Amino acid sequence: MTPTEWGIVALALAGAFFGGVAAVGLVRLPDVYTRSHAASKSDTLGAILAIAAAALALQSGLSTAKSVFLLLFMFITNPTAAHAVARAAQDQGIEPWTADEGDEP
Amino acid sequence: MVEFETALLAIAAAFVLFAVVALYRVYDGPTTHDRVIAVNVAGTNTVIAITLVAAAFQQSTFLDVALVYALLNFLLSIAFSKFNVERGGVL
Repeated sequence: MTPTEWGIVALALAGAFFGGVAAVGLVRLPDVYTRSHAASKSDTLGAILAIAAAALALQSGLSTAKSVFLLLFMFITNPTAAHAVARAAQDQGIEPWTADEGDEP
Repeated sequence: MVEFETALLAIAAAFVLFAVVALYRVYDGPTTHDRVIAVNVAGTNTVIAITLVAAAFQQSTFLDVALVYALLNFLLSIAFSKFNVERGGVL
């Protein structure tokens, strides 16, 4: 592999790391608000890194433009969706988890 | 020595694995909102996997699939969160 390809693989691996952090947070965190925190921030960063790697790896100009559009779109829509879901949960009256309730929410 | 395309495909497989892990929250989640968030994460990981496969095979058409998938994923989350509360006006 050339040094450019090593850089692309390093970017994609960093994206996979943050995707893994998001998956672990989604399973381990106690309530809907903390889970949406893991889903919106970690997963968005993982998506940005991995799609940036794909944009660098794609060789035709049109493909790179498409993946940059996809990157920008994910950057806008993913936190918006998490915000909408968290706000709907708050409108339904779901109480945030606090530490003195014990381990289980 | 690992080939470049193989490395990209392996990372795409890792994202598919994370999507499967997110499906546990779809099964177990106590509220509907947990499930919507988990489906959103699984869809995001699917979009990333499609994009990495497109980069590995140099297929531009896969990116159209990924774009439409991302749009539908966003629309699903917004629709679920909007129609779950009675008075609407989520955004």
